[in-house]
Amino acid sequence: MELYSDFKRKDDISRLASIIGSEVKKPVNIMEICGGHTHSIMKYGLNTLLKDKINFLHGPGCPVCVMPLKRIDEAIEIADSPGVILAAYGDMMRVPGTDSSLIKERAKGKDVRMIYSPLDIIKIAEDKNNKDKKIVFFAIGFETTTPMTAALLEEVIARRINNVLFHVNHVLVPPPINAILDSGDNLIDGFICPGHVSVMTGSGIYADIPLKYKKAAVIAGFEPYDILSGALLIARQINEGRPAVEIAYKRAVKEGGNKKAQTLVDKYFTIRDEFEWRGFGNIPKSGLKLRDEFKNFDAEYVFKDKLKELRLKSESGQRGKENAACKCGEILKGKCKPDDCPLFGKACNPENPVGACMVSFEGACAAYYKYRNF
Amino acid sequence: MNKKKYERILLSHGGGGKETSELIGGIIFNGLYGRNGGSGDLHGLHNRHNDSGFAVNTSGQKIKLLDDAAVLKSPQNIAFTTDSFTVSPIFFKGGDIGKLSVAGTVNDLSVMGAKPLFLSLGLIIEEGFSSEDLIKIIKGISQEADKTGVMVVTGDTKVVPAGKADGIFINTSGIGEVLYDGLSVYNITPGDIIIVSGNVGDHGAAVMSQREGMEMDVEIESDCASLWDMINAVLGGGITVSAIRDATRGGLAAVLNEWAMAAGVDIYVEEDKIPVNGSVRGFCELLGFEPYQLACEGRAVFAVKPEFAEKALNILKSHPLGKNARIIGTACGNNNFGAETEGAGQAGGGRNGNGQELKKLKGKVILKGIYGVNRLLDYPSGELLPRIC
Ligand code: SF4
Repeated sequence: MELYSDFKRKDDISRLASIIGSEVKKPVNIMEICGGHTHSIMKYGLNTLLKDKINFLHGPGCPVCVMPLKRIDEAIEIADSPGVILAAYGDMMRVPGTDSSLIKERAKGKDVRMIYSPLDIIKIAEDKNNKDKKIVFFAIGFETTTPMTAALLEEVIARRINNVLFHVNHVLVPPPINAILDSGDNLIDGFICPGHVSVMTGSGIYADIPLKYKKAAVIAGFEPYDILSGALLIARQINEGRPAVEIAYKRAVKEGGNKKAQTLVDKYFTIRDEFEWRGFGNIPKSGLKLRDEFKNFDAEYVFKDKLKELRLKSESGQRGKENAACKCGEILKGKCKPDDCPLFGKACNPENPVGACMVSFEGACAAYYKYRNF
Repeated sequence: MNKKKYERILLSHGGGGKETSELIGGIIFNGLYGRNGGSGDLHGLHNRHNDSGFAVNTSGQKIKLLDDAAVLKSPQNIAFTTDSFTVSPIFFKGGDIGKLSVAGTVNDLSVMGAKPLFLSLGLIIEEGFSSEDLIKIIKGISQEADKTGVMVVTGDTKVVPAGKADGIFINTSGIGEVLYDGLSVYNITPGDIIIVSGNVGDHGAAVMSQREGMEMDVEIESDCASLWDMINAVLGGGITVSAIRDATRGGLAAVLNEWAMAAGVDIYVEEDKIPVNGSVRGFCELLGFEPYQLACEGRAVFAVKPEFAEKALNILKSHPLGKNARIIGTACGNNNFGAETEGAGQAGGGRNGNGQELKKLKGKVILKGIYGVNRLLDYPSGELLPRIC
């Protein structure tokens, strides 16, 4: 486990920081897409270390933060059905829906379980006490975690388990990036692209960023050294006027990604016409769902009657509306930062989060709150 | 107690009748005072407590058992404390709930300069709990008590229906004789040097890595230990100590924040001086915890006057429980951090987190990160932490 310290050595970091200092002529605006990067940047104070040189903007790459209220409302509605065990990751449980959260529902007596890995679902499903229950997995995550959900479904089928359903909320990284860039109204000079996602997908998914939008795109790991290397490559691309996709995380990311994982995802999932993102609204072709042949595993299909009324209400705007004061949406688009939100650290803090960016461990507001710099 | 007959603790063991006597005599008394070989296989208590009914502690003091209250000779100034323990899992690398329940209360007395003398032991056991595990736990209690020479003089045992508790909960209260007067958080003034007695976060990491659903195989052992001997060495060494605190729940960060808040000082610590075991750091990296916010159960934090800092450090280092002791920072006037510390990081630079607003905060803890950036080190919050003590 000592391995990690290789990428944070103090002299390496100072050296990189001073190279960035000398090569960056005018401040560079870099959006790190992934919440893991945001967290590292704040934890090590990289934004302060590079102030006046790099302005980090925090993008839409925390899966919990981008989940719209209505999806959480759906999970709560499903958990309300008799005989259902709803299983979700810890972070997700605390995110408020329109008027409750999964953790509050659990306190009220609903069977909501916190899991650490999708394979925990198998354990729950095979428990003899749960034979007559329906275990519904609230599946979230980007391209990194989708293969794990696919592997779970494969295992469920192989073991002939017939009491597991999936509420699929898997989303894709490129569509919101394109949405931000299409809107035109942004400062971004380049992107630090997510390391773990790219391990699975390879670097091809970012091709539009330099080609269509003429911005830099560098894939980086999560250690301070990785992030600074990424920032330096972006600065160089800008200086040389040659936007491109580069990999600053070669120890983990291959250009083609992990083919096996891609095949597995492709076997079970297909792209939705559109999916709603918190703060963005509907983004075309940005989410995944189970393929039709697996619809019997799809909680949205199995519970469609139960969810009907809820969906009508959110379509008519009666439910699923965000707290108007919360700026998560703007933050995720890089238009402002957590401390620009009037609620930050006052009405909104980790004990009483108003928006999802404060709930999730990877959310920008939570990272700002936890690692308040001087 | 007949192990075949009672492999598990039954509700009737808490009913106050014959089975209760068997439980108390066979497992608890036997484990604590060991008069029947400590095997925990004693049939009935009746014979045994008729024949003597006394326990003798390491300093030769005789305490009468099984009366409604223990009658003790009290020294002039006593310190009195209580703590409850609900850790899950109950057996973890480096200890168990029994050892923890003694060390925890012993340490609470020790940090007040009180030599631990007597403990009470309250057990709440869930119906169905394994008798063998209970024997192990009582053994842990007995061994840990012997280390400090503290004696369990009174107790209570309840059994609750299955599902109403998680295995076993323990409460211990402790009485100690105050040998060193006047330790208090209010003594801490700007300039005080902060010393920690060893690696932080071991207990929290050990317990969390073993909890259900996580089960990570990391080589981390809890630091669970009774600290009286080490603390006695420091206090007896002629050192002016302002305050001592054992870092338990909330870890080092909680101790420093409580001190800063109560004493109205800022506390400035440097990340690369805080001793953390490499595996604990790796574990924290993976899960996004901070080692400074993880629980310890055998680490003390000292605030000492600057002229005594080196001496205190040397005494600690020469004690087996203080081998990794380090000076980690200083107390300072509000926003004066850096003034007392050589090479302090730049203040007021960062954009995030309302630097100006932060300066208005009184009694805060600032961590100088490994790259020289200062940030707030807060209480742990907003995380789903399992029971660790
Ligand atoms: S501080 Fe809270 S309310 Fe403000 S944007 Fe962040 S999550 Fe939303």
